[in-house]
Amino acid sequence: MTVNYENLNSMQIDVFKELGNIGAGNAVTALSKMLNKKVNMEVPKVRILEFKEVPELLNGAEMPVAGIYFRVQGDISGNIMFIIPEDSSKTLINMLMGTCRDRAEFDEMDRSALEEIGNILAGSYISSLSALADMKITISVPALAIDMVGAVLSVPIIQFGQMGDSVMLIETRFFEGDTQVKGYFLLIPDMGSFTKLLEKLGVA
Amino acid sequence: MKEKITKIGMAEVSAAKHPAVLITLGLGSCVGICLYDKAKKVVGMAHIMLPSSREIKNNNNKAKFADTAVELLLEDMLGLGAQRHRITAKIAGGAQMFSFSSANELMKIGERNVQAVKSELVRLSIPVIAEDVGGNYGRTIEFYSENGDLGIKTIGHGIHVI
Repeated sequence: MTVNYENLNSMQIDVFKELGNIGAGNAVTALSKMLNKKVNMEVPKVRILEFKEVPELLNGAEMPVAGIYFRVQGDISGNIMFIIPEDSSKTLINMLMGTCRDRAEFDEMDRSALEEIGNILAGSYISSLSALADMKITISVPALAIDMVGAVLSVPIIQFGQMGDSVMLIETRFFEGDTQVKGYFLLIPDMGSFTKLLEKLGVA
Repeated sequence: MKEKITKIGMAEVSAAKHPAVLITLGLGSCVGICLYDKAKKVVGMAHIMLPSSREIKNNNNKAKFADTAVELLLEDMLGLGAQRHRITAKIAGGAQMFSFSSANELMKIGERNVQAVKSELVRLSIPVIAEDVGGNYGRTIEFYSENGDLGIKTIGHGIHVI
């Protein structure tokens, strides 16, 4: 049986929403600890979109973003990706390093800061997923690309493309004081793992 | 005469008569295949995501795969009066956006897409007259019916025309 996002029933979608909620919640808590600041989060939005709709949601395919990509292995395998718009990335780096620089470009230090932020977010996301679904899951070291969102997203979208014609995107907005930071999260189970994940979550 | 601008999204193909500009924004590991009949000024663009429809079960969308999209696009162009023997191709994209240390087949998808596109064009006897492929960066491409120029824009890797 081929499982893809178009065929999910409403209960399965709810479970993924809840997963998004808990995962993002944990990720934001971890971020808040790292920054040593209170970070608030809006309830994440879970969207299932056709490929061509995705860049539009992110303000057009040419918008510059940072994409932090991880390989996931263990009881299920797949990939996860965080997409952080360029301006939000700069805000996060400033928060992390206690600077208030307006960066024209990202230097080596900025890039490792972003990888570290990705690490924290992905690590806490995956640990909540593995607790929830009672699975052993580990993540790889991060890979970072800063480029047009369409190009960055082409990698996970191609992975989704092997299963169907749509992607699941979890949109998270969080705030530190008046500063808004926006982030998007994609979970891309490998083909065999999708069914397994639904089984483990009790909604197969 | 004002040219008609058409955006081609992932897993889409589109053909147009002069005056037209076909655009794909933020091409990454996918490949943009740009076909042109110079005499008739008919242009066509395909934005493929995966090399082979035979490796995938869910393969109804012909525009998604290198081995099925080109023929689909050709049909559209012939319908607009293009002559098959005059058609030439320019291709762009197929970047490797992320570098993982571990060998992961999927990370090389850009390269595999480019190879699949090239062999499909060979199979259909369509010559590739210019290409801008590979690298680790995204591209926005603009294809003009006026002269078959393909404009390429990047972030940090310049702008040029092939």
